Amino acid sequence: MSVAEAAGLAIPVRRRRLSIHFRPSRLVLNVVLVLVAIFWLVPTISLTVISFRPEGLFGISGWWTVLTAPSQLTIQNYETLLSTGFATGGILDSLVTTAAITVPATILVTVLSSLAAYSLVFGRWRGRTAVFLVIVALLVVPVQVALIPVAQLYDAFGNLTGLKLFGSLPGVIIFHVAFGLPFGVFLMRNFYTGIPKDLLEAGRIDGAGEWTLFRRVVMPLGLPAAASLAIFQFIWVWNDLLVGLVFLGGNPHHTLTIFLFSQTRTLAANYWVISTGAMISIVVPLAIFFSFQRYFVRGVLAGAVK
Amino acid sequence: MAAQARRRSLVLRRIVATPAPDPGAPNLEAAVLPETGRAPGGGWRRHLGSLAFLTPAGIWLLVIVGYPLIGTIRDSFYNNDSTKLVGLGNYKTLFSTADILVTFRNNVIWVIVFPFLVTFVGLLFAVLTERVRWATAFKTIIFMPIAFSATASALVWNSIMSIDPHVGMLNASIETVDDWFNAPGLYPVNTSAGQTVASLAATGLRPGPGATLESTATVAPGQTLKLGMIGISPATLQLVGAEKAVVPPAASGAVSGVVWRDFSSSHPAVRGVVFADEDGIAGLHLSLLSSNGSSVASTVTDADGAFRFSSLSTGSYRVEAVANNFASGFTGIYWLSGTQSLTPTSGLSQTAQALLSVPLVDLSMITAYLWIWAGFAMVIIGAGLAALNREVLEAARIDGATEWQTFRRVTMPMLAPVLIVVLVTMIINVLKIFDIIVNMAPSVSQANTLAVAMYDFGYASSPSANGLASAIAVILFILVVPVIYINLRRIR
Repeated sequence: MSVAEAAGLAIPVRRRRLSIHFRPSRLVLNVVLVLVAIFWLVPTISLTVISFRPEGLFGISGWWTVLTAPSQLTIQNYETLLSTGFATGGILDSLVTTAAITVPATILVTVLSSLAAYSLVFGRWRGRTAVFLVIVALLVVPVQVALIPVAQLYDAFGNLTGLKLFGSLPGVIIFHVAFGLPFGVFLMRNFYTGIPKDLLEAGRIDGAGEWTLFRRVVMPLGLPAAASLAIFQFIWVWNDLLVGLVFLGGNPHHTLTIFLFSQTRTLAANYWVISTGAMISIVVPLAIFFSFQRYFVRGVLAGAVK
Repeated sequence: MAAQARRRSLVLRRIVATPAPDPGAPNLEAAVLPETGRAPGGGWRRHLGSLAFLTPAGIWLLVIVGYPLIGTIRDSFYNNDSTKLVGLGNYKTLFSTADILVTFRNNVIWVIVFPFLVTFVGLLFAVLTERVRWATAFKTIIFMPIAFSATASALVWNSIMSIDPHVGMLNASIETVDDWFNAPGLYPVNTSAGQTVASLAATGLRPGPGATLESTATVAPGQTLKLGMIGISPATLQLVGAEKAVVPPAASGAVSGVVWRDFSSSHPAVRGVVFADEDGIAGLHLSLLSSNGSSVASTVTDADGAFRFSSLSTGSYRVEAVANNFASGFTGIYWLSGTQSLTPTSGLSQTAQALLSVPLVDLSMITAYLWIWAGFAMVIIGAGLAALNREVLEAARIDGATEWQTFRRVTMPMLAPVLIVVLVTMIINVLKIFDIIVNMAPSVSQANTLAVAMYDFGYASSPSANGLASAIAVILFILVVPVIYINLRRIR
């Protein structure tokens, strides 16, 4: 369940010289890596500590004074920030909004990508390769190329049907799904190509339909890949700022990243709100990261082209 | 609906599950079928089932990615409210507006610096962790920031790089180290903020060589000096424990005197008189200069500002307040400055300056971004390293190659494809960089990138400039086209 394992790094690379004889260079290496690790942890630690320090101490003393005076820590910031409850535009409301965007977008991408990948791998219609190549081409298309036309499309759709997509959660979800699909199809297809076709042929001879084959054979086998995709997509959408900023325009509900962004843009930026809000915003992705690290790393490795 | 179609196809399949060839099936189909091992027959309708699986994703991509791509290209040739064709007008505007050129410059800086830096660091970490036992823990620590939003990361780094040493850890660390070598004086003068030591002289003082003050008059032993200073806050004096200024009596064989704050709130316009409500400048380091300018004695003023140099031989002397008194120490580095350039640009034209300067904020943001993405590079390169053929490496070692030679001549060439993947991924990533810029760079700065400019034109400005925004989007797209080509070739 570790990065190293998942990345296939579990193979021990022991050079005999190194493990038997003590070499000063090895000590130096360990010390250097410990320092690097500490350096890498400092930003996270600083954010955590600042969020637990009283508002009044910000700008008076550095967060590192907590090392000598740990009694300054308090949960007051969290109490204040959470005390407004689910008021529109508040942190909890933003948390709910973010989840309401992320969960459907993740499920849709995972399901639609799996279906499409099935079709691309096990279907027998002509032009599958061409379609797949088009999807590969779409992998790196920047979201910027679609922002304005999709906003116009949403407006036109709204005028036609009276359903408002621009400024609504479905509008954001639809956009996220579209830009998650190329990677999803790419990842799932690569995984499905490893499933022996004979397995499906046996099912076909027994008279199973495509849906049955997908549901009973391919989907269960593809679960690890689907998990990687879902986690990758979840974190991607959860952490997005730009798409939410554009397509939630005018909506009083914000995503967590928009909540933080708008805090920094106010004249008197309240750093206690920012740091506490940032802590709340990273809890979910961090929990997912630590629970499903292996799948996440697989997603990253497979998505190296994104 | 799709389920129905599939059910139908199942029925169809049962019906046609006979070896008899379907005369209606196209010949091309027949060519495909044998490889699937299935009896030919049934026609294209049999494949509706699996084709239907592709439909939702296909339509979604066509409507939200395909059509808009064409729409953006079209819009980029229209004016800002998409009513009039302007040809390449938007592109001309982009490439001739100084602000946008600065935006291009920033993208160039990011693309040149970041991908190579992150690949190098990732490679370094991946190689080094192969030799320690706690590699897993190390990798988890380095990889973790990727789970944070770039927004949250940017905010963390904002505080780390704050100019205020009570907030910014970076400046606080530098201040601590700097104070060992270059301790600030009791009366610091922040020259970078435009203050000068000379402006402190009020009575009997003039600027000396370097950042010193010296007495205007020369004195002989037995005389007293009154040296008045202004521009020192009462708060500072309180902090150093200054007391009411007292003019000491003259003493034979000694130069004595007082250094005081020559500003009385009861007589705000009068200089040169030691009033009762004026404090001495306490703790000021003085040095006695002989007529040839060399220092012959030194002392420190008392709490009341009095000083005395005793046992002097006859001659004429000057009293000097040494430079240390006014050393400002470390005043903070403005890491997020969009105007401070790291490259010398003086003497160039304004446009050239704008294009060739490298603002500090870009490198600060690159550091923050490196913190986020180094783990990604490390994991991918690490996987590449693990997949290398160990026998080749062993063979090289047996042949007597040193660790470095093995790495340089065997590992690196074998790893090159992986390194290129990381580089390309990071180039694409950085081309579209948005979150970190809008959250980290000061709102009015020279740090904007194309994605930020596009957002500003399309959404943050009123009325929105769709034409210009679309043109930027098209440029971004054109920049990724080579990568599309590379990907397609790789997949094929």
